[in-house]
Parts: sequence; structure tokens; C-alpha cells
Amino acid sequence: MRTEARLLIGVAIFFAITGVGYWFWSSEQSGTAMLVGAVLLGIVPGSYYLWWSHRMKPRPEDRADATVPEGAGVIGAFPGSSIWPFVMGMGLFALVLAAVFGLWLLAPAFAAIFAAAIGYTRESRRGGTV
Amino acid sequence: MTVLAERLPAGAHAEHHDEPTLIVKWLTTTDHKVIGLSYTITSVILFFLSGIMALAMRVQLSSPGGAGMSPQTYNELFTMHGAIMLYLFAGPFAFGGLANYIVPLQVGAPDMAFPRLNAFSYWLYLSGSITMLLGFFTSTGAAAFGWVAYAPLSSSVYSPGPGADLFIMGLFLTGFSAVFTAVNLITTIFYLRAPGLTMFRMPIFTWNMLVTALLILIAFPVLTAAMLLLFADRHFGTHFFTVSGGGVPVLYQNLFWFFGHPEVYILALPYFGIITEILPVFSRKPVFGYKGLPFFSLLSLLIAVPTGIKFFNWIGTMWRGQISYKTPMLFAIGFLLGFLMGGLTGVMLASPPIDFATHDTYFVVAHFHQVLLATAVFAGFGGIYFWYPKMFGRMLRDGLGKAHFWTLFVGFWLTYLPQYVLGLKGMPRRVFIYPSGLGWGALNMASTVGAFLIGASFLFMLVNLFVSWRNPIPAGDNPWDGHALEWFTSSPPPHHNFVKLPPIRSERPTWDFNHPDAPVLPHGRHAKEQPALVGVGSPAGTSGGPAQTPSAPADGGTAPGDGSGETGH
Repeated sequence: MRTEARLLIGVAIFFAITGVGYWFWSSEQSGTAMLVGAVLLGIVPGSYYLWWSHRMKPRPEDRADATVPEGAGVIGAFPGSSIWPFVMGMGLFALVLAAVFGLWLLAPAFAAIFAAAIGYTRESRRGGTV
Repeated sequence: MTVLAERLPAGAHAEHHDEPTLIVKWLTTTDHKVIGLSYTITSVILFFLSGIMALAMRVQLSSPGGAGMSPQTYNELFTMHGAIMLYLFAGPFAFGGLANYIVPLQVGAPDMAFPRLNAFSYWLYLSGSITMLLGFFTSTGAAAFGWVAYAPLSSSVYSPGPGADLFIMGLFLTGFSAVFTAVNLITTIFYLRAPGLTMFRMPIFTWNMLVTALLILIAFPVLTAAMLLLFADRHFGTHFFTVSGGGVPVLYQNLFWFFGHPEVYILALPYFGIITEILPVFSRKPVFGYKGLPFFSLLSLLIAVPTGIKFFNWIGTMWRGQISYKTPMLFAIGFLLGFLMGGLTGVMLASPPIDFATHDTYFVVAHFHQVLLATAVFAGFGGIYFWYPKMFGRMLRDGLGKAHFWTLFVGFWLTYLPQYVLGLKGMPRRVFIYPSGLGWGALNMASTVGAFLIGASFLFMLVNLFVSWRNPIPAGDNPWDGHALEWFTSSPPPHHNFVKLPPIRSERPTWDFNHPDAPVLPHGRHAKEQPALVGVGSPAGTSGGPAQTPSAPADGGTAPGDGSGETGH
């Protein structure tokens, strides 16, 4: 976990230096704001990982000498199939088309988005078994 | 490893028999392999469509006076050609397609970390692509303001009509798709690696995808937001980019190039990763300078110097190797030559005196096409030839692959070398017609012939796919004697990918397992350690439910890689 943390914090440091230099040379606001955003993108998850990495034992994937059985067991629920990503995608498709061709498309768009949101939630409550 | 759910009861696996088929399977799948193939096939179809647009433009430019195409049609074609190639092909082909398929296999994961988000990303990508293409069917035609959509040219005053709106909204959807895929890949790499697969044992392809994902998270939200602001300017009366209301057109350029500069490496790094997988396998050597490659991928924001060092890594990998000139290797070498030329001319363009003379000429067109074809086409299709046996369990014919390569290679140089000369002679880019008497006709004709050769080369690939489909030659699990974990599982891999895993003691665990008596490598491989193969307790549920990592020592069966004897080679 520490390597991951260092990677993200390294990204933050890189953009912090870049951002200071950019602001110093250009005094331009939008680019500086975006570079600050890039710093946050690295520092927020990076510091979280670093904080945790000092409070947990190295995971098997962090240790060079780990054996395969050390990672044995269930690692997560992976749904085998679900229609709801497709329904949600089509809902957003209709939503952007509504912005171009007419607001009447909002009706099927929101219907699909709400149906997909409910479907996603129900799947999750059932533990991922579709 | 965190345990998030209990094992399924034995009876739960009976649901396997109720798996959906064909169209229902495609619509409902959350399997990273099916989604990866969907991305790949969709992006290649878009590549062909965009290639046909390019050929139409080359016909128009083949001789002075043109071939009868209207300027509006030409503008639509070069806008959509650029937009499709950059937004809908080069990025999604590698990052959505190959990365989706290969990264979970290379890190020993059962799937991507968020399978439903992964499927959602694909549907956003597909619908965004369709949205953008719908512009051709509107009364005012598709967007015609160039792939960068600069304001104020892209405002409702200068580009009225739904074609431009569809372009903006298409980018809006695909932008979200890219961000979701990036989140998914980073989480998969950080949380679902196999035991012993430390970050500095990951294959370079996976490393490059991780760096690309970070770049996407920095760059794509800005582009997506810029598109939303542009749309608001066009329809909601805002003035972000219009001077008349106090807006600043240059703000659009700031936002766009905050995306555009990282985009160069979002497009290139995945393909560098593919090359770094192919070269060591066909040179029969480990990667030269393993730890330097991820470092210099990260440093790529400095552009030319780290890329030059990566070239030395690649040459060092081949140096004194036992090079095997199979089709993927030829494509990798084609990439090296093309990217070297494109990169060097890029360094030339970075020099202000040369840039003053060649700015907005065909010299620039030749430069970025050589960079992009070297990466997305040579490296990308090299990757297809490399991983096709893994994806489908059957070989592509090497002879047809080589015919594809050589036709493409000759066409590539014939198309773009004349364009460098045209640029130096002063031919501007984005013109739909030019007069005779400037000495541009013959060079343009040569470039057009080269473009058609590039187009024709893909017929060999289509024939190859057809032959492979009709008369399959079984690939076995590891036809190339590959290095990383994906070559350890079966071809094609089962649902949730791995039945067994080898001990991971270096950055090339499959090779270590298949060559236990090979000398120790410099990166900490211990060949005599842990020869036992480890198997999965029970297969994970394909109809949903918990996926499991290998749990207990199995029967010590032979390596899947031993199946290479079945390849017909």
C-alpha cells in the first residue's frame, strides 16, 4: 500500500511544483486552478493510503515473499451479468439527445435512469447475485 | 486480502447453466473480457469509418483542382476524421479495449474492481460515439470546426445546427466513460493484485495503463467541463467563451490544452506498454531497465527526453536477444521506426525558427500522423496479433500478418514522407483545394497512393480473421512463451480468469514457472523457490457472487504454458 501512496503523493508533489511555477510565470487563474485540482487528486487518496499503510500489516500483494495461499478466500462480489448498466447508459444517451433534439426525450431518459438506479440498488442489496 | 462476502453454497453453481447467450449476453455482461472485446471491436469499426473519410480527403487532394468535393463536406470530414481517430479510436482501443481485457489477467484478478461500472463505461462510449456520428444525418451536416472545437468558431453564431451540438454531447458522454474506466483500472491495480505481485513486479503494460489512468483523471474532467460550458454558451445564453458578454475565447484554449497535452501521452503510453510486452517475448530476454520504464512513463510530462530513454530501453531489450520475427515483432519494430521519425520531427517543431516556417503546414500533419499511426496502428494492431491467441484460443496466420505489416509499412512511409516535403514547400494544412503550378501535385498523388496502400493492408487482416475463424489452429495457452500472468491461464481465459496461479517471484512469473532451470534474473527472481502450482478451491460463480483467489495447493499439474506444442508452429 505504501508504494501506491507514494505514487499518488508523488503526482501531487509534481503538480504542486508545476502549479507554483505556472502561477509565478503566468499569473493565469484557470490553469492554476486546474493544477490545484490535480494536486488534490493526488494528495487526498495518497494521504489516505499512507495513513492506512502505517496502521495495517502489508497485504500479500505488497510483500515480495508472499505465497499464493496467503491471498486465498473470497475477495469480493463480482456480478456475473446485469442489465442495469445498459439501461443507465441508454438513459444518459436519451438525456444528451434531449438536449439537442427536444425535451420530449427527457421522459424516456429519466424513466430509464430511475429504473436503472432502482435496479442497481436492488442488486446490491441482494449481495450481487443477479 | 479483504474478505467481502462468504463463499457460495455448492448448489449456487447450478446457475451457470442459465447464462444468457448472444445479444442478451452482450447487453448484460459485466465480464471484463467481453467488455474489452466490445470496446476493441467498436473502436476498430470506428477506425475503419474514419479511415474511409481519410481516403475520401486524399482523393480530393490527389491532384490540383480537387475531385469535386465541397469545402463544407471537406471540413466535416477532417473534423470527424480527427475526432473519431483521437477520441473514439486511439484512446478507447487501447485503454478501453486491450487494457480492459489484459490488465486484470496480468495482475491475477478475477475481474475489474467494479464490473457494472465497467459495463456502464462501455455503453457510455458506444452511445457517445453514435451521438457524434449522428451529425452526418442532420440537415446541416456534422461538426466542421476541427477536432479541437475552438471557440468562437464552435459558437452558435459560426457553427449553427445540431451537428456541432451532437459533437459536443458525444464528447461529454465519452469523457465520462474514460473517467469511469480510469477509476476502475486504478482500483483494480491497487486492490486486486495476486499475492507476491508487488507494484514493481507488475508488467510494464499494466504500469503504463496505471499512469494513463492517472493522466485521464487529471485531463478528461476538464475537457468534459469545457464541453458543458461550450454547450451552455451555445444554448443557455452564457458567455464563458464569447467576447460580447465579457467572456474569454482563450479560456477555451486553456481548458482544452490542459486536456490536450496529457492526451498526447494518454494516447501514446498504452501503446508503449504493448511494445514493451512484445519486444522481450520475441527477443527471448527480460525487459532492459525494468524499473526505469514506469519512472520515465511518469516523467513523460517532460516529453522528449524520457521517451528517448525508453527507446534505449527497447533497443537494450532487443540487444543480443534471440529475435524472432513473428508478426507482432514486425509491428513493434515498425512502431519503433515510425515513432522515431514522428518524435524527431516533433523535436524539430519545438524549435521556434523551424516552427515559424512550418506552422500549420503539411509538415505538422505528417509529424502527428506518423506519431499516431506508429502508436495506435503499428503498436495497437501489433497488440492484436500478440494477444489474439489469448483472446480466442486460435492463431492468426503469420504469412497474412506479415503481408499486412509490409503493405502497411510501405503505405505508411509513402503517405507521410511526401507530406513533410509538401510542408517545407509551403502547402498549408486544412485546405480542400490547391492550384496547379506549385509543384505539389505529384507529391500529393504519391501520398494518396500510400494512403490507399494503408487501407488495402487491412484487407489482409480481415482475411486473416476470416481464415482463423473458418480453419482454426489451436493456440494453446502460451504460444509465444510469454512472460506475464495472462499467459498462465487458458486461452480464452475462463470466467473470473484463473483456475491456478504460479508463485510470483519476479516481473515475469509465467516465464519463471516454465523455465525453472534458467539463470537467476537481476530483479530478484529465485528460480528454485516454490515450484508448486497452486489451484483454486472452487470456481467462482459466473452468475454473480463472490470470486475467489487460489486457496490451496493443487495437484501440481503441468503448467498451462506447456500447451504451446499445440500451436501448429
